[in-house]
Amino acid sequence: MVRVEGNGAAGSLIQVRGLDKTYRRGSEDIDVLQGLNLDVDKGDFVAFMGPSGSGKTTLLNLLGGLDVPTRGTISVAGDEITHMSRGKLTDWRARHVGLIFQMYNLIPVLTAFQNVELPLLLTKLSKAERRTHVETALSVVGLGERMRHFPRQLSGGQEQRVAIARAIVADPTFLLCDEPTGDLDRKSADDVMDLIKRLVQEYGKTVLMVTHDPLVARQANTTLHLDKGVLVEAGGRQGVVAGSAS
Amino acid sequence: MKFGRLIWANLVRKKARLVLTIGSFAVALFLFALLGVVNDAFSRGANVVSANRLVTINRTSIINTIPLSYRDEILRIPGVRYITHDNWFGGVYQDPKNFFPQFVIDPENQRQVFPELIVPDDQWNAFLKDRQGAIVGADTMKRFGWKIGDRIPIRTTIYGLQDTTFEFNIDGVYHGEKPEDDQTQFWFQWEYFKESVPDRFKGQIGWYTVRIANPDDAPRIAKAIDNAYLNSPYETKTETESAFAEGWVKQFGNIKFLIMSIGTVVFFTLLLVTGNTMAISVRERTNELGVLKAIGFPDRAVLGFILGESMAIALAGCVGLLLALVAIPQLSRAMAGLLPPLLVTAKTLAYGVIAALVVGFASGILPAYGAMRMRVVTALRRV
Repeated sequence: MVRVEGNGAAGSLIQVRGLDKTYRRGSEDIDVLQGLNLDVDKGDFVAFMGPSGSGKTTLLNLLGGLDVPTRGTISVAGDEITHMSRGKLTDWRARHVGLIFQMYNLIPVLTAFQNVELPLLLTKLSKAERRTHVETALSVVGLGERMRHFPRQLSGGQEQRVAIARAIVADPTFLLCDEPTGDLDRKSADDVMDLIKRLVQEYGKTVLMVTHDPLVARQANTTLHLDKGVLVEAGGRQGVVAGSAS
Repeated sequence: MKFGRLIWANLVRKKARLVLTIGSFAVALFLFALLGVVNDAFSRGANVVSANRLVTINRTSIINTIPLSYRDEILRIPGVRYITHDNWFGGVYQDPKNFFPQFVIDPENQRQVFPELIVPDDQWNAFLKDRQGAIVGADTMKRFGWKIGDRIPIRTTIYGLQDTTFEFNIDGVYHGEKPEDDQTQFWFQWEYFKESVPDRFKGQIGWYTVRIANPDDAPRIAKAIDNAYLNSPYETKTETESAFAEGWVKQFGNIKFLIMSIGTVVFFTLLLVTGNTMAISVRERTNELGVLKAIGFPDRAVLGFILGESMAIALAGCVGLLLALVAIPQLSRAMAGLLPPLLVTAKTLAYGVIAALVVGFASGILPAYGAMRMRVVTALRRV
């Protein structure tokens, strides 16, 4: 269940309260997000839509602990992340957040296997255990045969699937996808979306996704619209309660 | 070590740049080793000298002679144990490029004053009995392929001898106690020299070397010698062997300063080149570093990766030191006679490795610190 009025249940996986983000450009303050509230339960698949500059990516960055809000709080699985130190936030990201970017952002000098293994290098897993996890993640995304390939030897769709394997390999609490199909043709985009839906349906993953594409957004359980930093409307096939921020 | 693969992958991503950067380190370190051994070679005289030896020369200049008659007078000064005298011969063996130092020695006292230059007794005794005998340093023997028993002609043009050739029989070989001892000298007998030079040189020697009982007495004895000949036609200047050796080197100019200046310029340039290379390398993959941070790599790990790369390049550049280890002995052989023996010591190599690591660290630290401090969202925005 997704709520945006700020009165969600205490058990929500993600709780956002009164979130503001203001950037300073020269002498001008630009309010990107204003008083945003949000509750997302475990296993939800949420799409954020909105025009360019509406604050979608900023919201995703804040939820992922990549950036810090000007005001307000974000709690994930009981951890209040907005007041964490930079080091603790990095640590928290490693354990709780899986990131999928529009441009895949694989390390070009590493093979698919090595790219997927990266998050596991931060754990205490042995080499053999890391290998097992990586092979499992790559087989989930259907690239078990492409482990030794470098990103330049893969298609865009395959690269994005490697990026998804990298995002899930450490079994994070939730996945953040920033325009995951933005750089793909329709067929590859459909494959990637099928994969993300499988992660939600079969593996119970919680996914928050930013997209411009209504066809992609329709695959989510819930779609929220951001406009000028405010959640102005919401809709979903499952009759989600939603409303604009106060 | 689990991050080693990541560091390695980034190191080899631009192979041409890596090779050129390592190459510049290698060239700089080779030069460092070469300058180091040249400096060592020139200052070796001051390092291998004995603390209980004094050198007495003519106060005007070492090329002016002093009377042999001073010997017994100096020997009577309290604290003096032995005294010997030498003349510079300045001869040519076959061709002027075959330079090596030849000394006219005083066979009676040579071994007492220079006990570290060892000649087997049987060879020494043969030398004493042979007026035309010569004792030759092991390096010079090796250089010319001489053997004991060989007869060697040496031509000289000094001491009023116009193109006169002296014939010598090699009766023995001396070796130094320590590797840095000079093994290039050629010694022959004062008596042979004396009977061949014009009368005005017969009672004149080049310099005395005095062995004293106690190094603490050196200032007193030096003063006593020089005072004894004050206002005489042959005033003397006596100093410790160390001061004499340093003065000798200074005749070539301030070698140490020259070498330090060149070395500093080389390493400063290397620092700028490698620092710039590392900065470019980091700037090119800002986005990748942002991704690493985004997926949970701590700031200090990012710092470590970049410093690891710059240190690895520096260590790889130590191939220049290995090259020096192979090439400098060849160079030393080729320059024999023109330069003192060039020895690559463990100390020079260790300093080279330390210098490489310092430059490696210094060239990597600024880009690494910048990458460490960079905010994730800023880094991710860079393409």
